[in-house]
Amino acid sequence: MQKTLFDKIWDSHVVIDNSQDEQAGDTTGPSLLYIDRHLIHEVTSPQAFAGLKQRGRKVRRPGLTIATTDHNVSTGNRSLPVVDEVSKMQLETLGRNCKEFGITIYDMNSPDQGIVHVIGPELGFTLPGTTIVCGDSHTSTHGAFGALAFGIGTSEVEHVLATQCIWMYKPKSFLINVKGNLRKSRTITPKDIILKIIHEIGTDGGSGTVIEYRGQAISGLSMEQRMTICNMSIEGGARAGLIAPDEITFNYLRGRRYAPKESELDKMIEFWKYNLRSDSNVKFDRVETINVDDLAPQVTWGTNPSMVVDITDSIPSPEEFAQGDENKRKLAIRALEYMNLEPGTQLTDVQVDRVFIGSCTNSRLEDLIEASVVIRGRKVSPKVRAMIVPGSQKVKLEAERLGLDRIFKDSGFEWRESGCSMCLGMNSDILSPGERCASTSNRNFEGRQGAGGRTHLVSPVMAVACAIEGHFVDVRDWL
Amino acid sequence: MDSFKEIKSKLIPLDMINVDTDQIIPKQFLKLIQKSGYGDFLFYDWRFDHSGNAKKQFVLNNPKYKERQVLLTRDNFGCGSSREHAVWALFDYGIRVIIASSFADIFYNNCFKKGLLPIFLRKNEIEYLFNLVDEKDATVEVSLQKQTVSLSEKTINFDIDSTRKKMLLEGMDEITYTLSFNDQILNYENGYKITDYNKHLI
Repeated sequence: MQKTLFDKIWDSHVVIDNSQDEQAGDTTGPSLLYIDRHLIHEVTSPQAFAGLKQRGRKVRRPGLTIATTDHNVSTGNRSLPVVDEVSKMQLETLGRNCKEFGITIYDMNSPDQGIVHVIGPELGFTLPGTTIVCGDSHTSTHGAFGALAFGIGTSEVEHVLATQCIWMYKPKSFLINVKGNLRKSRTITPKDIILKIIHEIGTDGGSGTVIEYRGQAISGLSMEQRMTICNMSIEGGARAGLIAPDEITFNYLRGRRYAPKESELDKMIEFWKYNLRSDSNVKFDRVETINVDDLAPQVTWGTNPSMVVDITDSIPSPEEFAQGDENKRKLAIRALEYMNLEPGTQLTDVQVDRVFIGSCTNSRLEDLIEASVVIRGRKVSPKVRAMIVPGSQKVKLEAERLGLDRIFKDSGFEWRESGCSMCLGMNSDILSPGERCASTSNRNFEGRQGAGGRTHLVSPVMAVACAIEGHFVDVRDWL
Repeated sequence: MDSFKEIKSKLIPLDMINVDTDQIIPKQFLKLIQKSGYGDFLFYDWRFDHSGNAKKQFVLNNPKYKERQVLLTRDNFGCGSSREHAVWALFDYGIRVIIASSFADIFYNNCFKKGLLPIFLRKNEIEYLFNLVDEKDATVEVSLQKQTVSLSEKTINFDIDSTRKKMLLEGMDEITYTLSFNDQILNYENGYKITDYNKHLI
């Protein structure tokens, strides 16, 4: 029987298979799936540990879980005490829980601290063919390695801690073929590809599916770029996103802390090479093809990630966006009002107050290198406050070794400590009501970056150009 | 988990598509370490302005809809962040059933962990219910056992798979249930099928 990559990972992790009768039309129930890797952080784990304690349960395999603090941490000076008492309590609770249950934690003072989806790969904890979960929807990031990785709720975090398994109904398979060559790969980035995909399929287009990304425009991408693509699978509603592992993947893994050592790793690579790919004649439940030959930089104008236009476009009218769907039209009217934008306005005429470069989508070393290239001695507009939040302490250190921090600081950017920061604004990095921000993060929902704040999602190079000019610009004219 | 009882209530109409979990419970309320006490923060930024005053036009602030237990909404409810706090906030507020044309996957899953019943119906049925709220402010009776949403003039059947139904009806503790398969889990751990990449970590 021909199988997809997703089928293969699924099949090799099924502890109890209840999916057979489902195909005959009789839904019997979810299958029990073994989880190889579990990542936890301070926000979605405290209630899970409390549940374990209440029932006197243990963590089944403490070695398969690692923890970090990222959502709630300050990106300011780490030698200062945490000011927010509630945040402090949450951070300390994670530390205590990890100690009590024997879980390794990379906390605020660790050189390995960072956004959970940045440090997992960095530490080699993320491996091809594994199942990976985390109480965070952007767990789909790890799919870039050919792992089945998805976000879960807190009750499921508790369940995985206690049983190392999860009950799951098997999602459908969805192949997205990304054809074409990025003509100007410095200015058209994976962020533009994934925003375009979400525009095409919609925010619920991937519901109930696991997406496999494939094609010319994907296979040439680095691991960090692939992570940007898979990261936003959830914004298209998909449970997970996958890219089949190849030499680029295998080379990335060598020498990383949790990855198997040389000879062992070589054996696995031999296995992965032949087994972790979809069979050539397999039929996916759904297939879409997207051509990126003429892709322009993408910018969101509304309050969900499918509300995207080319930088050369103007703000659409609700009717243009809705294409006859009354509910969508109402949503667009609301979005335009919230964003304080008029249909027909050229995007390049839209001024911003803030720029945020960071998040599990775009805060890795390559993102920062690419962002720095745009600067070329130019200064951040005096009307804009711009900040760079590296994804992890390691990214920060490496960037500093390359002198990127100087380039950014000289230009007028704030250079901060690692964490989720203004992607979700749980710490003090937030927008004030009415402020408009060009952001490299993944969600432009109402209030996401601060109540009343207005978010436009863009790539790192677009964000830098925007910071310098004080409004959106077509970065293709710059590089 | 709370078991699900039959519910009889009028509807709260939230006439929107794509309601995301950032709206259901904004991030400033995710710092707590317990599972309860989120009801006051449900839809906070839609219910209250920046000074904390109630926004009159928002549906939950209309006294007519107070104390109701069934939320009626549209496509892709609960999209975005995986925060289970969204379910806890809805439950704490008093909501026991959400009727929508579709749900985001993670949110849908999370509902069953708390005892909140998510019901997806066809778009024409959703439309019918919205019209009923407008015209008659009808009362619905939701029976999980019978898988029906009943109105005085009509009964609508809904789909739910048998495992989830059983879990909700019994208020089953999922971990206890899973641990009854401990032998199978051990067997799996003792004989990894693809590779032994986990051995050095266990």
